[in-house]
Amino acid sequence: MLRFVATFLACLTLAFPATAQQADAPIQQLLQSQRDIIVESSRRTIGPAIDALANSGLPEAQVVMDKWQTRQMWVNTETGLFVYAEEVDRDTLRIFDFADGTEIGEVPDDGFDQLKPNSGIRGLIGTALVQFQLSDPDPDTRRRALDAIERGAEESHLAALRASLENETDTQILARKQRLERLLTIAYGETDAERIEAIQSFDGDLGVDVRAALNPLLSVRVEAANVLPTDPDIGQMLDPGSEQLSRDDAYALLVSADLAKPRISVEDQRNALIENIADGQVAGIQVATLNSQDARDMAYAALAEQGVVTAVATEAEVDQRLANHVFYERYVGAPPEVVFAAQAALNAIENKVAINQMFDLSLDALSLASIYFLAAIGLAITFGVMGVINMAHGEFIMMGAYTGYVVQLFIPDYTLSILVAIPLAFAITFGAGVAMERLVIRWLYHRPLETLLATFGISIALQQIAKNIFGTQARPLTAPGWLDGSLVINDIVSISYIRIAIFVLALLFLALFLFVMNRTRLGLEVRAVTQNPRMAASMGINPDKINMLTFGFGSGIAGIAGVAIGLYAKVTSEMGSDYIVQSFMTVVVGGVGNIWGTLLGATMVGFLQKGIEWFNPSNTLAAQTYMILFIILFIQFRPKGIIALKGRAAEA
Amino acid sequence: MSTLLEVSGVSVSFDGFKAINNLSFQIADRELRAVIGPNGAGKTTFMDIITGKTKPDEGRVIYGDKSVSLLKMSESKIAQAGVGRKFQRPTVFEDQSVFDNLMMALKKTRGPLAVLFFKQTQEDSDKVADLAEQIGLSGALHRKSGELSHGQKQWLEIGMLLAQDPRLLLVDEPAAGMTPAEREHTTDILREAAKTRAVVVVEHDMEFVRRLNCKVTVLHEGSVLAEGSLDHVTKNEQVIEVYLGR
Amino acid sequence: MTDAALPRRQPFALRFPSVMIFLTILALFTVGVTVLSEGFGIGVISTSFIKTLGKTLCLCLVALAMDLVWGYCGILSLGHMAFFGLGGYAIGMWLMYARTEIIVLESLSAAALPPTPQEVSDGIATQIFGVVGSSEFPPIWAFAHSLPLQLAAVVLVPGLLALIFGWLAFRSRVTGVYLSILTQAMTLALSLHLFQNDSGLRGNNGLSGLQNLPGMGDTPQSIVSLWFFWASALALALGYLLCAWIVSGKFGSVIRAIRDDEARVRFLGYPVEAFKLVIFTLTAVIAGIAGALYYPQAGIVNPAEIAPIASIYLAVWVAIGGRGRLYGAVIGAAFVSLVSTWFTGGQAPDINLGFYTISWVDWWTVLLGLSFVCVTLFAPKGIGGLVDILIDRKSPNRHGADLGPDHGALREQEAEK
Repeated sequence: MLRFVATFLACLTLAFPATAQQADAPIQQLLQSQRDIIVESSRRTIGPAIDALANSGLPEAQVVMDKWQTRQMWVNTETGLFVYAEEVDRDTLRIFDFADGTEIGEVPDDGFDQLKPNSGIRGLIGTALVQFQLSDPDPDTRRRALDAIERGAEESHLAALRASLENETDTQILARKQRLERLLTIAYGETDAERIEAIQSFDGDLGVDVRAALNPLLSVRVEAANVLPTDPDIGQMLDPGSEQLSRDDAYALLVSADLAKPRISVEDQRNALIENIADGQVAGIQVATLNSQDARDMAYAALAEQGVVTAVATEAEVDQRLANHVFYERYVGAPPEVVFAAQAALNAIENKVAINQMFDLSLDALSLASIYFLAAIGLAITFGVMGVINMAHGEFIMMGAYTGYVVQLFIPDYTLSILVAIPLAFAITFGAGVAMERLVIRWLYHRPLETLLATFGISIALQQIAKNIFGTQARPLTAPGWLDGSLVINDIVSISYIRIAIFVLALLFLALFLFVMNRTRLGLEVRAVTQNPRMAASMGINPDKINMLTFGFGSGIAGIAGVAIGLYAKVTSEMGSDYIVQSFMTVVVGGVGNIWGTLLGATMVGFLQKGIEWFNPSNTLAAQTYMILFIILFIQFRPKGIIALKGRAAEA
Repeated sequence: MSTLLEVSGVSVSFDGFKAINNLSFQIADRELRAVIGPNGAGKTTFMDIITGKTKPDEGRVIYGDKSVSLLKMSESKIAQAGVGRKFQRPTVFEDQSVFDNLMMALKKTRGPLAVLFFKQTQEDSDKVADLAEQIGLSGALHRKSGELSHGQKQWLEIGMLLAQDPRLLLVDEPAAGMTPAEREHTTDILREAAKTRAVVVVEHDMEFVRRLNCKVTVLHEGSVLAEGSLDHVTKNEQVIEVYLGR
Repeated sequence: MTDAALPRRQPFALRFPSVMIFLTILALFTVGVTVLSEGFGIGVISTSFIKTLGKTLCLCLVALAMDLVWGYCGILSLGHMAFFGLGGYAIGMWLMYARTEIIVLESLSAAALPPTPQEVSDGIATQIFGVVGSSEFPPIWAFAHSLPLQLAAVVLVPGLLALIFGWLAFRSRVTGVYLSILTQAMTLALSLHLFQNDSGLRGNNGLSGLQNLPGMGDTPQSIVSLWFFWASALALALGYLLCAWIVSGKFGSVIRAIRDDEARVRFLGYPVEAFKLVIFTLTAVIAGIAGALYYPQAGIVNPAEIAPIASIYLAVWVAIGGRGRLYGAVIGAAFVSLVSTWFTGGQAPDINLGFYTISWVDWWTVLLGLSFVCVTLFAPKGIGGLVDILIDRKSPNRHGADLGPDHGALREQEAEK
C-alpha cells in the first residue's frame, strides 16, 4: 500500500511519465531488497547484491548488470525505484523500466541519482555477468566472456561454463569452453577424482594456462616438528642452511611456532646496549671494550641476567634447536592425490617444455649463427681468400647499415627502401673497399701486421666520422611490415620473420660466394692470383685488378650484411666493432681459406653463445666472455681451425 | 763406425699426396753423404722430418748413442741434441751484425734465463773471430749481415752451423749462387767437417757431388731409389730413367 | 784473429749513448718540472698539468713495454693496455678500500658503541658496492686491506694472466695476426667481464677517488701530484734501463732474431716459445706497474680503459714514435698523448671552412687514425726515423722494404731468387 502511494506520488511529480513503472516486478523487488548496499556502492559490501542478482535466475538481471556496469542505472530519489536511462541532454533523461524494457518517458534528471560504480565494483559485476554472456547469441560476446574468465577465474564460472556447453554451436568457441571447463575443474572441481581426471587430460600440454592452473596445486607451507609426521600430505624434508631453507628462515620458523627462543639482530642488540649505557658502562662492562661481537654478546647476556632485557638464544642454542627439529613441506594447495597427479602431469609437461625450449634455443642459435656468418663472409673473402687482414671490416658493416638508414629517410616505403638500400650499400662499400685497397692495402701486401695496423687506423677514423655525422645515439633501421611478427609454432617455439629472412640471406650469400668463386671467371682468376700471383700475371691476369675487385667484393658483401644486421640490431657508429672480433673468431675457428669452415665456425660460435646464455640467461656479457675464452682454448687444440689446410698449402 | 741416425719406414702425406713413402735411411756418426733426386722427390720434407718441422704419419727416427726418438722432440730440442740444418735459401738475421749472428749460433745453454744473464767472455769472442776467419768474413764482422752478398750470406750460414758444433749436419744446396772457387772451399769445409761428424748434403749439381766423393742416396717419389757411390748410382737404369725421363 | 771483435768490454753507458742521453733528458725534465710546479716551485705549471705529465710518463713506460714485445720480439700484442688497467685495478682496490675505511671509521666513531670489525667491513662494503646494489665484499677483495699484498697483485695479476695466456697461445704456435686477434679477444673478454656488475669490481663504474691517498688527507694535491710525478719518472728511468739492458745483450739478439725469422731461431736450438713467454710476461708486469702509477693520477679506472681500442692506441703511439728503438716508443707515447690532450681538451682552435666548422674535439680521432695510416705507409720508422737522418746512420739498403716482424726480409730474398 505504501509503495503504491509512493509510486503514485512519483507519477505526480514527474512531468510526462508516459507509462507507470512496474514497481512490483520481481526484478525491481529484488533490487529494492538490496537497495541500501547498491546505493552505498562500496567495493567491500557490494558482494551480496551482485550475488543475489546473478543467482536470481531472472532474465532481466543481465540487463540490470549491464546498465549498472556502464553507469546507465539511475535511482529515483523519491520512490527509490531503479530505472535505466539515456541522457537526452544535460538536464533531461529518457528513462526505461527494468521489468520489460519499456520506455517510461523523458524526465528532468533532478529527481534521479546516477549510480557510479567504481572500477572494483564494475569488475565484480563483470565477473557475474560472464554467466549470461557465455550463452549470449553474439559469438563475440561469448568470446569476450571467455577472455574474462581466463583473466580471472572464479568458482562460480565453472557451473556457468558447464551449463553453456550444451547449446554452444560455434566449434571454436566450444573447444575453448571445453578447455576452460577442464582448467576450472582442476581448480574448483568438486571431487578429487574429477580434478585428477581433468589434470590427466592435459598430459603433455604445452599451454602456459595449464601450468598456471597446476602450479597453485603444488603450493606448500614449510613446517617444523620434533619428528616427521606421517600425514599423506607431507612433501620433501628440508635441511636448514640449504638453498630452499636458509638457517635464519628455519630458526625464524621455530620462533614463530613458539618452539624456540627468539634471536636478536645485530642492530637491535646494539640499540639495547646503547639504551643501557650508564657511566660509560653496560652491565659493568666498559663501553670501550665492546668493539667485537663476542664482547657485545657477553654484555647483552649480562644485561639479560639482570633482567633488563629479554634473554635471547645464543648461537649454540640455535644450532641445538635446529638439530632437534625436522623441517618439511606440507602441501596446502590441494589434497595429496590431486597434488601427486598434478606433479606427474607437470613433470611430463616440463620435460616436453624442455625439449621444445631446446628446439627454440636451436632456432635462436641458428639465427645468431646466420648473423655471425653474414658478418664474417666478407672477411672470409678478404682475409680467408686474399690473406688481407682488414680491421675496418666492421666499419664497412656499419657503412652498409647507415646507408640503409639514410635511404629510409628519403624513401618512406620500407619495402622499397630496403630493396634500394641493398644494392646501394653494396655499391658504396664496394667503392670504399676498392679505394682502400688502392690507397693503402696494396702497398702492404705480405706485411700482415702492418696491414692490421693501417686498417685499424682507418677503422678508428671511419668510426669517428660516422659519429660526427650521425651522432652517438642509435638510429633505427625499420624492417618492412611483412617482416614484423614471428612464426609461432607453439607456446614455446617461435621465431621472428626477420631472423628467418637473415637466415635465408645467409644461405643466399653462401650460394653467391660458392657461385662466384667456383663458377665464374672472376673466381678462377681470384684463386689463381691468391695461389701464385706471378704465375697468374704471366698468364695474362692482372693481379692488381683482381685484388682490387676481390677486396671490393668482400667489402660490398659486408655492406649488405650491414643492412641485414641493422634491421635486427640498432645502427650505431660502434656496431662494427661489436662484430669484428667475433667475425675474425668465426673465420679463424672455422679454418682460414675455407668457406665451409667459416660456415661451421659461425654455427659453432652461434650455438656456443646461445648455449652459454641458456645456463645464465640474464647475462649476455658473461656469455660473450665465456665464449671468447672457449675460443681461445679451442684454438689450443685446433690451431688451424675446424677445417685445416695441411702441408705446403698451409704455409703459403 | 756406429749409426748416428736411423730413419725407418717413414711416411707422410699432405692432403692425400704422399710426400714421403716408407723411406728408410741410415748414416754413421762420421760420414759424408750426398742426397740427390729430382724435384718433388721429398728431399726437403725428409729434412723437415729429421729436424722436427714435420711430423710423419708413421715410422721411426732414432738418433744418437742413447737411441732417442726425434719424433717426440720439438725443433729446438732436436737442434740442441746436435742436429744442425742449413736452408736452401740463406736465412741469416739480416738486421744483426755478423758477429751477433755467429754469437747467437755459438754452442751455449739455450734457455731464456741463461741467455738473459749471459756474459760474453774473451774465449767466446775469440771463437767467433776464429769462425769468421774460417768463412772469410773477418773483415765484415761488425757489418750488418743484411749488407752481405748472397755468397757471403751462404758462408755466414755455414759459419753459424759450424758454431753450433752439431753432430749431424743437414745441408740443403750449399753451393747455390757460389763462384767455382767458393764451391771448392765449400767442399773442403764439408769434407773437413765430416771427419768429426755426420754430414748430409742435398744437392742438384752433379759436379759438386762428384767432388764430395762420397756415398750417394737417390730419392724418388718419397723413397730411396738407389744408394752407393756416384758412379754406381749413375749407372742404375731406374735413376737414369727418373733423371732423364722415359 | 782480428781486433774488430774485441772492443766490446766498454761500460754499458758508453756502448749505448742513447740510454745516457735519455736518462739525462729525463732527469733535467723532472727537475725542471719540479722547479716550475705549484707544490715545490714557482707555480708556473698547474697541478692538473703536472698530473698530465706524470700520466704521460706512465704511458711512456707502457709504450716501452709495448716496444719490447712488439718492436723487438715481433708480437703485436693488443692486450698490454689490459695489463696496464689490471695494475690500476690492483692498486685502486687498496686505495679505495683504505680511504673508505678511514671515512667509515670516522663516521662510526661517533656512534655510542665502538664498532665491531664486522660493522666496519659492512660499512666499507656498503660504501663501495652500493652503486652496484651490493653490500658484501666479493672474494677478490680479500687482500684489499693490505697495501703490500695489493702491490704484489700489481705485479702478479698481469704477470700470471700473461703467463697463462702466453703459454697457451705460444705453445700452439699462434703467431702473427692470429696472435694479435687472439690477444684482442682476450682483452675484449676481460673488459666485458669487468663491465658486469657481479664481476666484483663495480661494473662500469670502475674504481674512483683514487687520487686521494689514504691517510694523507691534509697533503694538498699539488704535493701528491709531484710525488707521483717523481715516482713515474723513476719508474720510467728504471724501466728504460731494464729494457736497454735486455735488448743490448744476447737476449735482445735472440728476440730480434725471433721477430725476423722464428723458425730459423728454433733450428738454432733456442726454445722460441720460452723466450716469447718471458718477454710477454715481463712486459705485462711492466705494463701493470705503469698502470698502478697512472691510475692514482687519473683518479678513476673503469672497464672502458681496458677495451681493445686502448691497446690499439698503444700500438699507434709506438708505431708513430718508431718501433724497434726504445726512445722511439717514449717519443711516440709522449708526443701523441700530449697532442691528443691538447686537441681533445678543446684548446686547439677550430677551423672554419665557411660551410662547416671543423671542431677538433670531434675530428681529432679522425686525424689520428689517418695519420697513423700515413705513418704505416710512408714512414715505418716513425718519428724515431728522424734521428737516423740527423746522425746520418747508414742502414742497409733493403730496396724500400722495412725490417719488420713479418718476415719482410725473407720476401725480399724470394723476390731476388
